[in-house]
Amino acid sequence: MSSVYQDSKGRPLVAVTGMGLVTSLGRGKADNWAALSQGKSGIRTISRFPTEGLRTTIAGTVDFMEVAPYSAAALSAAMALAAGSEAIEQARIGSKAAFPGPLYLATPPAEIEWPQRRALYDQAAGSERGYKRLLAAARAGNWSELQSLCQFASVAERVSGELGTRGLPVSISTACASGATAIQLGVEAIRRGDTDAALCIGTDSSVQIEALIRFSLLSALSTRNDAPEAASRPFSKERDGFVMAEGAGALVLESYQSAVARGAEILGVVRGCGEKADDYHRTRSKPDGTAIIGAIRNALLDAGAAPEEIDYVNAHGTSTPENDKMEYLSLKAVLGDHLASTPVSSNKSMIGHTLSASGAIEAVVSLLTIQNGFLPPTINYAPPDPEIPVDAVGNQGRAANVRTVLSNSFGFGGQNVSLLIAAA
Amino acid sequence: MPNVQDDVWITGIGLVSSLAEGAAAHWNRLSNGPQRPVIDPQRFAPYTVHPLVDIDFSKQIPKTSDQKQMERWQRIGVYAAGLALADANLSKDPALLDRTDLCIAAGNGERDLALDSRILAAIGSTGESGAYLNQELATGLRPTLYLGQLSNLLAGNISIIHKATGSSRTFKGEEMAGVSAVEDAVSRIQSGQGELFLVGGALNAERDDALLGCEVAGSLYQGPYRSVWQRREQGGGLVPGSVGAFLVLEASNHARRRGALPYARIANVVSDSTRRRAGDAAAAGARLFGRLGITPATGVLGVLSGASGVELPTSEELLFLAGLERRGFTPLIRAWGSVLGHTLEAHFVVGLALAAMAVSHDTFYPPFETSEVEHASDMRPDRILVTAFGHWRGEGLALVQSAW
Repeated sequence: MSSVYQDSKGRPLVAVTGMGLVTSLGRGKADNWAALSQGKSGIRTISRFPTEGLRTTIAGTVDFMEVAPYSAAALSAAMALAAGSEAIEQARIGSKAAFPGPLYLATPPAEIEWPQRRALYDQAAGSERGYKRLLAAARAGNWSELQSLCQFASVAERVSGELGTRGLPVSISTACASGATAIQLGVEAIRRGDTDAALCIGTDSSVQIEALIRFSLLSALSTRNDAPEAASRPFSKERDGFVMAEGAGALVLESYQSAVARGAEILGVVRGCGEKADDYHRTRSKPDGTAIIGAIRNALLDAGAAPEEIDYVNAHGTSTPENDKMEYLSLKAVLGDHLASTPVSSNKSMIGHTLSASGAIEAVVSLLTIQNGFLPPTINYAPPDPEIPVDAVGNQGRAANVRTVLSNSFGFGGQNVSLLIAAA
Repeated sequence: MPNVQDDVWITGIGLVSSLAEGAAAHWNRLSNGPQRPVIDPQRFAPYTVHPLVDIDFSKQIPKTSDQKQMERWQRIGVYAAGLALADANLSKDPALLDRTDLCIAAGNGERDLALDSRILAAIGSTGESGAYLNQELATGLRPTLYLGQLSNLLAGNISIIHKATGSSRTFKGEEMAGVSAVEDAVSRIQSGQGELFLVGGALNAERDDALLGCEVAGSLYQGPYRSVWQRREQGGGLVPGSVGAFLVLEASNHARRRGALPYARIANVVSDSTRRRAGDAAAAGARLFGRLGITPATGVLGVLSGASGVELPTSEELLFLAGLERRGFTPLIRAWGSVLGHTLEAHFVVGLALAAMAVSHDTFYPPFETSEVEHASDMRPDRILVTAFGHWRGEGLALVQSAW
C-alpha cells in the first residue's frame, strides 16, 4: 500500500516545514545565509574570558544573545529557543507555546564552570579546603540557580517549557554528531507513527575556558590566532585543526501527509539517516574508514537511494588533518567515480565547529542550499590538499541545481551519523 | 509502517552494585531478607554513599592501557555492559555485536578533584587571575581526562572494548536519561527499526564532584541511614549508590532465531515531564499508568519503585501508588533505592533488571525495608510496574511481564 506520502519502504515520508539558525554569523536564516553564501567568517578573537598563555585564542562565539547572567547553560537554552522559535514560526504549526510534538535536543555537557565554582568556594567560611569546602557551601546556601549548570535536563526543560513541546523532552549526546542524531530521533518517531511532528534542535555554547583547554590538549584546535577568519581551512593543505564555535540549528519535522493536509509549505524531506559506531579509538576513526563508510552507506540504504543521486555533500569537514582525509577516503569509497562530479563543501570554514549543534545547523544550511540553488563555499581553501582531490567549492560559492544532499557528522567516541536531505 | 509487532525481550542482564556482582548474585542477596544495605557513612560525611563491591576490572577490560583511558564511572559501565553481553550469549559473536545498537544513559564525567582543589586554594589566596587559571589548567589537566568526562564516551568505550558497534546513542537528563534510553530501544524494537540493543548506564557515587552536582540542588540526604520511605523527618534526600546496570533488549523473533531465552518482556514504557507544582507528579503517574494498559485492571501488582527519597517526588509517588488501590489494584511496593542507593541515570535500568529477575524466578522480593509502605507477601508476580520519578524532573513507568 504505497502512496505519495510514503517512501519506497512504505514508511511515512518526513518533511521539513520549519528551520531556525543561530551562529557566530548572526541570528536567523536570512542573516546566516547572506553571510554563508558570500563566504564570510564568524571566527574571531575570544573576548569572553582571558586567553593569556593559551595556545588557541580564537573561536566562533555567539556574543549577541544578551544572556544575563551569562552561563553556558543559559546561552545554550537561549540559542535553542531562538532557533526553535524561528523554525516553529516558519512552520506555522501549533498554537503559541504549544508545539504539537516532542522535543529532541542535542546539548553540550552541563557542568559547573570556573566562575561559579569560585563563587561557591568563596562563600564558605572556615578552614575546609577543596571539595569539602564546596560541599559545605552548597549545603549552607541556596544555589538552585546553579542547578541549571550541572543538570543535563535543565536546558531541555527550559526549551520544552517555553515552546510547549509534548511529553518528556529527550536530551541526546553523540558528541559532534549530536545534532544529526536529534534529527534522526525525530525522523524515526514520525516513521513509527508516534507523532505527526517533532522539533529537533542542536545547541552548543562550549566556548568556556576549560573546554577550550581540553580540546587544545587533545591537539584538536587550530592555533592560527593571528588571522581568526583564516583559521578554519577544511581540505586545504595547511589546515591545522578545528575552531570551536557556538550556535543552534532547529528543524520542524512533520509527516509529509499531515504537513500537506494542513497546507504547510514543505521545505524539503529527510530521506534517510545512517549511523555506525567505530571501535578503533576514542578520538580517531578506523584507518580503513569502515565506520564512516558504514554510516554513509546506511543513510543511502535507509533512503533507498543510489550514491549517484547525491548532488552535493555538506561535509563534516572540521579542518583537522585527520578528519578531512578520512572523510574524503570514505566518500571516495562510497561514491566512487561519482565523487569527481560531486561538490563537497564545509560550512565549518566559516562558522567553525559548533560541536553538538553542528549536525542540526548543517542540516538547515543543506536545506537552504537546496532552496537557493547555491553552494556555499569552503573558504580559506588555499592551497588545496593534493591528497584530497575534491571539488571543495573553494573560496567562492556558486549556483547549482541541488536536489539531494549528503550531510555528514562524526564525533569523538566513534560516533558517525549521515543524513540524506532532499528537495520536496 | 510497522509490520509484525515484536515483543521486547530482556535476554541479558549485567549488574554491579554495592551488594554484589552479576545478576544471580543480586538475586540471591535481594530475594533473601532482611536486607542489609552496604553503606559508607564516613568517607563523604555528612553524606552516606553505597560503595561499589570490589571488582577486578581486568576481567572485562583486559588491557591496562584501556583502563587508564577511562574514569571509574566508565570502567563500571563497561564492566556491567560486558556482563550483560555475556549473559545474553553475545560476547563471542562478532557478527551480532557488529549490529548491536547502544542506548546509553549518562551524566557528567569525572573531574580531576586534586587539580580543582589546588587551583581553588591558590586563586583564593592570590586573588583574581585569569592567567593563573589558564596556566594551571593548561599544564595540570591530563590530556586524556576529557575522554573520561564526555557523556558519550561510556558508549565509545563499550564499542572499543566489547566491539558492540551497531549504532550508538547517549541519552542525558538524570533519571530520565535512563527512561529515554529504554524508550528509544523499546520503540525501535516494537516498530521493526531495530532488533538487538544494549541499554544501560553507570554511576560512580563515590566522588565529591558527583555529590556536589546533587547538593547544589539540595538533593542529598544527611543523617543516619534510613530507607527512602523513612527520610521525611530529616528533610528527605537521596543517598547515591555506585552501580553499573545493563540490559540486552531483543526482538522476540530475533531471540527465538538464535535460541536466546528471555528473563521477561518489557510490555510498555511511558514517560512525561511535569512542572512539579504540588500534585503534578502524582497526577502524571496516574495518567501514565492509564497509558500502560494493564489487564486485568485489578488485583495484585508488584511495584518496583525508583523513589529517590527526595521529599517532593517521593511523597507524590506514594500518592500515586495509593491511587492504584482505589483503582482496584493491590500494589506490593519495593523501593530498590533503599538497598542499592539512588543511581540517577542508571536507576531505571536497575529497576527493570530487578523486575526481570523476579518475573523469571516467579517470585517477588521480600520487603527492602521495614516501614509500613512495604508489606511481606508470597505473591508470584507475572507483571511488575517499575517507576521512575526523577529527583527533580521527569516521570516514567514501565510494565515488565512474563515473556510467555
